[in-house]
Amino acid sequence: MPQATSLSVPHLLGIKDLTREDIELIFDTAATFKEVINRPIKKVPSLRDLTVANLFFEDSTRTRISFELAEKRLSADVVNFSASSSSVKKGETLLDTVNNILSMKVDMIVMRHPAPGAPHFLSNRIKANIINAGDGTHEHPTQALLDAYSMREHFGDLEGKKVAIFGDILHSRVALSNIFCLKKLGAAVKVCGPPTLLPKYIASLGVEVEHDVEKTLQWCDVANILRIQLERQDIRYFPSLREYALYFGINKAMLDRLPKPILIMHPGPINRGVEITSDVADSEHSIILQQVENGVAVRMAVLYLLAGAR
Amino acid sequence: MDHERIILSRERFALTIERMCHQLIEQFDRFDDTCIIGIQPRGTFFSDRLHARLLQLLDVPRIPYGKLDITFYRDDFRLHNKPLVPSANQMDFLVENKNVVLVDDVLYSGRTVQAALAALNDYGRPRVVELAVLVDRRFNRHLPIQADFTGITVDALDHAYVKVEWAHTDGEDRILLFADKKDRDK
Repeated sequence: MPQATSLSVPHLLGIKDLTREDIELIFDTAATFKEVINRPIKKVPSLRDLTVANLFFEDSTRTRISFELAEKRLSADVVNFSASSSSVKKGETLLDTVNNILSMKVDMIVMRHPAPGAPHFLSNRIKANIINAGDGTHEHPTQALLDAYSMREHFGDLEGKKVAIFGDILHSRVALSNIFCLKKLGAAVKVCGPPTLLPKYIASLGVEVEHDVEKTLQWCDVANILRIQLERQDIRYFPSLREYALYFGINKAMLDRLPKPILIMHPGPINRGVEITSDVADSEHSIILQQVENGVAVRMAVLYLLAGAR
Repeated sequence: MDHERIILSRERFALTIERMCHQLIEQFDRFDDTCIIGIQPRGTFFSDRLHARLLQLLDVPRIPYGKLDITFYRDDFRLHNKPLVPSANQMDFLVENKNVVLVDDVLYSGRTVQAALAALNDYGRPRVVELAVLVDRRFNRHLPIQADFTGITVDALDHAYVKVEWAHTDGEDRILLFADKKDRDK
């Protein structure tokens, strides 16, 4: 079968727009970049003629460093921008900000924005390739890709694998992108959390809904445990963190009761002792740090594939 | 007129590889401090053969052997409509102070070799790099790069195409010359 050699999209706005072939092409390319970043000299000259702007209108540590490393390891020129220290504070619109940056000859934009759909809005109005690094509660495609890549690295293939996503599904762009990605790769997905943190129509995405953590753990091969987004809890979705930890936190005793070991994942940052205890996060079945390592390789693959088709 | 002709038959193909192995031994003796690096993807078919035969001829347990993927180092990366697909890179040693035999199947414009030399830089500073190619299309160079070991020299026009076929992928070891690039897939 002739394999796809380029993505079907000019931007990475969300997993929803990708085909299964796109995702597999990204994974195959990421595998070669993973080899590159484990070399003594971790840098290749592929994107040396490109300039990438990282526009972060919302805070980030991991994603931003990961993108910046990915860009630098491909030899792109990188400019960073964060909303907190920019003219956005003076009332400049998103389109004006981006157009000003583009007129300084920037070729690609990596953007995180609190408004869902912000990168889609830009993609209709500017020429640069856009990579969505998280738009509000909508999508976080590179996180889903690196999660699925990490699972695939472990299992070989995700067809028929059972993945449970725990926690705050309502506010989570990671959950939504993960659901799209895993379904496209043939995995079965179950979401588990308190009813207040599960969107009402989530089942229409083809996922099962469960509120019992132990039952879900029994079912799954992989537990992807999401962060309780303390910054988005202005309405009380649950009575207290202690109560959440008691009913929805995952601890070592629960895992010890399971018939088989399951893979533990977390996109970070971890609230230790809330959604996951330290002994689970640091256990031998946890691949949390491998996820971070794979993040750089997957982002290099996305940048490379989008740049190569420019 | 035929669209293609065989320029190296199976028998002469085997003799050519045998001869090149002996030339390499003449130059590098027992391959102390010498490594073989094949360029991915198709250069490694040739380097696999050279490496295996050299091990037999020299009766040594090991010759350092790597497969170098040069996709990310190519100067034409952004000139294609589609991204170039990388191959696996298998380099588990550094070339610092070593003699390197760089191996490819066809030397044409010289750009692949240029990219390979750039890629090789990331693995240290070799003492010397020599180039072994199965086919040298000597009148089609874009860069001042020449082979040190050559299987067969082909003088062909730019629109001709040289195809190296291998027993394990195409059924037989042989080299074909197509008068026109467009005929190669027929």
